[in-house]
Amino acid sequence: MIELALEEGWVEAELAAEFPDLRLIHAAIGARPRQSPPEVRERLRTLADRYTGAKVIHMRQDAVPWAYRVFSRQVGIDPDTDRTPVEALAVERLRRGGLASENVVDDALTIAIAETGVPVFVLDADKLQGDIGLRLARPREWLSDRRALSARQLVVADATRPVALVLGEVSPRAGVTADTRRMVMCALCVKGVPPIVAEEALWTLGETLGGQG
Amino acid sequence: MPENVLQPPSPLGPSRPRTLPDERGARRTLLNQVARLEEELSQLFCSVWPRKDTDFTVAGRGGPRLLSLAELEELRDELATKVHHVRRTLSERTHVEEQNRRLIEEMMLDPGAHRWVRVANEDIGEPGCKHWHVRPRWSFLGMLMGWWRVVISSGCPLSASHG
Repeated sequence: MIELALEEGWVEAELAAEFPDLRLIHAAIGARPRQSPPEVRERLRTLADRYTGAKVIHMRQDAVPWAYRVFSRQVGIDPDTDRTPVEALAVERLRRGGLASENVVDDALTIAIAETGVPVFVLDADKLQGDIGLRLARPREWLSDRRALSARQLVVADATRPVALVLGEVSPRAGVTADTRRMVMCALCVKGVPPIVAEEALWTLGETLGGQG
Repeated sequence: MPENVLQPPSPLGPSRPRTLPDERGARRTLLNQVARLEEELSQLFCSVWPRKDTDFTVAGRGGPRLLSLAELEELRDELATKVHHVRRTLSERTHVEEQNRRLIEEMMLDPGAHRWVRVANEDIGEPGCKHWHVRPRWSFLGMLMGWWRVVISSGCPLSASHG
């Protein structure tokens, strides 16, 4: 049994006014990347069996995946091109015929997303400075050395810089690597998704990662 | 301001508010309309399946970002146009499919009046490869004697790897 202290990240005023239900829920955990244990790989196999073509087609009418589709649309993403994490996972499952095991971090993310439909991601806790939250990108900000941000893009940021795009990529400057020993698990919550579902996603993620103090 | 909303600590300085307060109502309305239209489009997507060749694409706006009022209006209009177009296409398609279902019934009742007519599952909006085909019993003899029947296929052929 692991202990998680769930926290709610800050949300910049303009963003909160536009999306009053937008939340970033996060929790720190001591864990490091490694090969997935057999029970995690078995869980992936079981999850993969749940997906059928018809279920994937109708997934967009389920409450949680639909809420993230709507949010994607409202922030200028075409969810049929840049799919929400749960839909991308489902399509990938159909294409590959299964959910392949990568490592415990990726597998834990896959399980949490598939179980709850909530987009989750992890950051290296030791690379973050201060509290994390949601805000708009400012002019001339960069997500990484090669990835410039345009103004008004929605980002997850720490006290000094953007660390991830909302529903998008994580900056390599804050991402988990083989040297990571502490992680911050994050879940994005939008209108139509009860916070308890996002919390459930983090608990699922944490239990799969397995806390190591 | 809701209690959960905190100002982010930022050495880069506070971001300048770019959404004017009097835009809020309009923006709220547009966001709700976008949500409703996205729901309709999702419902139509499920209704259209397994039919193919229906375009549901409404281009993204380089997101994730806070869209301007004009961009939200443009997005709402594009979604509305797409919903209207897909609904009309589906309506026309289901009308043809209904006619094809009626044709299958007529073929079953009177095969001789529908010689060589073939209706596939796709023609009635169903998945799979099943089809109804009016063919003569015993080939040329059936053609000469007017012995026609509806042959219902057993489904999709196995792929080459299974053959």
